[in-house]
Amino acid sequence: MAHDDLRGTELRLGLPGSESPDGRPTAATPTLDLLPSKGAKRVFAHEAQVPPAAASGDGNQAEAEVRGEGDKKVAAPPQPAAKWVPPADSLWAQVVGWPPVRSYRKNTMATSQLKSSKEESDAKQGQGFLYVKVSMDGAPYLRKVDLKTYKSYKELSLGLEKMFVDFSTGRSGSNGLKGKDGASESRNDGEFVLTYEDKDGDWMLVGDVPWKMFTDSCRRLRIMKGSDAIGLAPRAGGKSKNKN
Amino acid sequence: MGRGGSRAAPAAAAPPWHVLPDEVWEHAFSFLPADSDRGAAAAACRSWLRAERRSRRRLAVANCYAASPQDAVDRFPAVRAVEVKGKPHFADFGLVPPAWGAAAAPWVAAAADGWPLVEEISFKRMVVTDDCLEMIAASFRNFQVLRLVSCEGFSTAGLAAIAAGCRNLRELDLQENEIEDCSIHWLSLFPESFTSLVTLNFSCLEGDVNITVLERLVTRCRNLKTLKLNNAIPLDKLANLLRKAPQIVELGTGRFSADYHPDLFSKLEAAFAGCKSLRRLSGAWDAVPEYLPAFYCVCEGLTSLNLSYATVRGPELIKFISRCKNLQLLWVMDLIEDHGLAVVASSCNKLQELRVFPSAPFDAAEQVSLTERGLVDVSASCPMLESVLYFCRRMTNEALITIAKNRPNFTCFRLCIIEPHTPDYTTHQPLDAGFSAIVESCKGLRRLSVSGLLTDSVFKSIGAHADRLEMLSIAFAGNSDLGLHYILSGCKSLKKLEIRDCPFGDKPLLANAAKLETMRSLWMSTCSLTLGACRQLARKMPRLSVEVMNDPRRGCPLDSLTDESPVETLYVYRTIAGPRSDTPACVQIV
Repeated sequence: MAHDDLRGTELRLGLPGSESPDGRPTAATPTLDLLPSKGAKRVFAHEAQVPPAAASGDGNQAEAEVRGEGDKKVAAPPQPAAKWVPPADSLWAQVVGWPPVRSYRKNTMATSQLKSSKEESDAKQGQGFLYVKVSMDGAPYLRKVDLKTYKSYKELSLGLEKMFVDFSTGRSGSNGLKGKDGASESRNDGEFVLTYEDKDGDWMLVGDVPWKMFTDSCRRLRIMKGSDAIGLAPRAGGKSKNKN
Repeated sequence: MGRGGSRAAPAAAAPPWHVLPDEVWEHAFSFLPADSDRGAAAAACRSWLRAERRSRRRLAVANCYAASPQDAVDRFPAVRAVEVKGKPHFADFGLVPPAWGAAAAPWVAAAADGWPLVEEISFKRMVVTDDCLEMIAASFRNFQVLRLVSCEGFSTAGLAAIAAGCRNLRELDLQENEIEDCSIHWLSLFPESFTSLVTLNFSCLEGDVNITVLERLVTRCRNLKTLKLNNAIPLDKLANLLRKAPQIVELGTGRFSADYHPDLFSKLEAAFAGCKSLRRLSGAWDAVPEYLPAFYCVCEGLTSLNLSYATVRGPELIKFISRCKNLQLLWVMDLIEDHGLAVVASSCNKLQELRVFPSAPFDAAEQVSLTERGLVDVSASCPMLESVLYFCRRMTNEALITIAKNRPNFTCFRLCIIEPHTPDYTTHQPLDAGFSAIVESCKGLRRLSVSGLLTDSVFKSIGAHADRLEMLSIAFAGNSDLGLHYILSGCKSLKKLEIRDCPFGDKPLLANAAKLETMRSLWMSTCSLTLGACRQLARKMPRLSVEVMNDPRRGCPLDSLTDESPVETLYVYRTIAGPRSDTPACVQIV
């Protein structure tokens, strides 16, 4: 079931720099609370503590200390405790259970978002075709392909090659496209990279996720010049990861 | 003092009141519905104690470990309706380790044995198994009401047992439970002769439902007043169901989504027009805005509207709500935004309870324009507003002070500013002044949740002013032990205190140990507690159960740890049952 496929791309806890084997997940997985939101200034649980230094004396002394400091308004977040030692994995002690949204609500909202995205694709499938725009850098106009006519990345790649062979040999001849096959050779040299825009509006390298998942989330395709595709460099062994 | 039987009185004078027979007292106490009143009466003298406990029909056990099931059955032999709550509130947010406890089975077993006449059972935040449900179906011949809220551990097989076995069932109310779908057609197991259903709520069920069976059930249960459907019922079937049950008072639509079709719209509109008694509406998940006008004919009569799972937004949503002029309860997503709440403020003047839930709580950036503005508007224009739950991303002291001034009648005020430590966004000051204004103005405040950047000084205000406060939730706040000390040494009526991620340590806990026995429970997680203090507390207060839980990922057990070891989670509650024996490995009763 599609749902099982999607489960394979759920967020997993991992140290920064470690590669996530799957494509970037949709924003709606139920496990989102395990990782900080992108860009969030996440207050890790154990960093939010303050020195209980004021408690080292008796109650009155503590009160006096607090009163003395009362004039300066506390505007900055509290400093970590002097004597408290955070546990070794506190760096990755994510803020579990915050904001206080019930697990039931989290799961329900995630499921409904997953469902509605599934329905969009179901609806598309119901229609029997799945046309997406394809642009190629340097080409004067765009094309459309019906993703339904392909069963795998390999087939898609071949289909696109056929479609854009005119541009590659005709227009971009000066860009170093040589050889009998023209476009395909250039792509094997890393000249062009196939990317797609997914539901979240992000540009992704084609080939990472299972084919079905790709067709469910692909909005449009773009054949990028290799030099533009920094960070999306094709993996070793040729451009297309021909996942079936 | 009083005696059991009646006593011959002197001919000239009526018997003194304190020798009236128990039966008279039992009859008198039957007019005291509130548990607190009954409890007070029972404490007056032995004969009242006896009369009260023998006549008690409804029992609410707010903490399943505060007393053993056998204690409850022995003390109150005539109970007909029992409600038991299990896990602490923070279990809702995943802070309680799995397999922590709160099994319903011992309660069902004790009830089956000692309360054969029980008619109503409610469980909240408990582990209810299929075996429990089977036992309920088999043990109580006049069983009428089953209410399960935020429970887990059962499946549609258990529901099948209830449907098949409870001939007099009136209410089956399943709220936000985790129910395993065994693909058993439990609905089909209500016999054809079964017609007594008044409430049917299966909105939290994930699986499919046999629509034909549901229609037949709805048709023959002429007293059905509450029907809350799950996701599996398509819109056109909803219309059919409504036509078969026009007497409905409360409706949960489940989904409300389909491609727009004028025929379907007319069908829906006509179906709703027939529901003249509809007062409470919920659901509308995935609602398509074009269908909202189908509700228009019932808007005037609605007193309760729960759109808290509905992702619909925009002018259609606002127009729809603005027509509900008699709303007393409104739950929405923050998709309504400030301008929508401004419309609510001017249209729904009878509003008593408002809850605004976050549509994207884990996103860093603000996606919707919902700020303090919306809450200020509603509290300014709705004179009967007394209960608020509000998720937003920014707040000011000035707004809170204004709200406090406008609405001194708040009984429940829960504000959640999504990013921890968020200060007043205009002055960058802590929100102490704002929350202090709330507790000083709202003298009847019973429940409070605070958030944002807060220092110890707000707790000083709360401790000093919140005399009626019964439940307080604190997260990422305070700067020293004083904060906790202010709360525990003040707050005269405090029953439940739950704290997470605050720099509160051992000293205020030990200094205020006696206070804990006047409270139902205390939860502290990710604070600055040590194991030694917890052990000390347990030694000092034998009638408290002191549970220590450490992060299961870091491995248990706790026995080997020293007094200096930090404690991840502390859960303390008063109990007459002694330490429980069903703790998992990472929970220890010290």
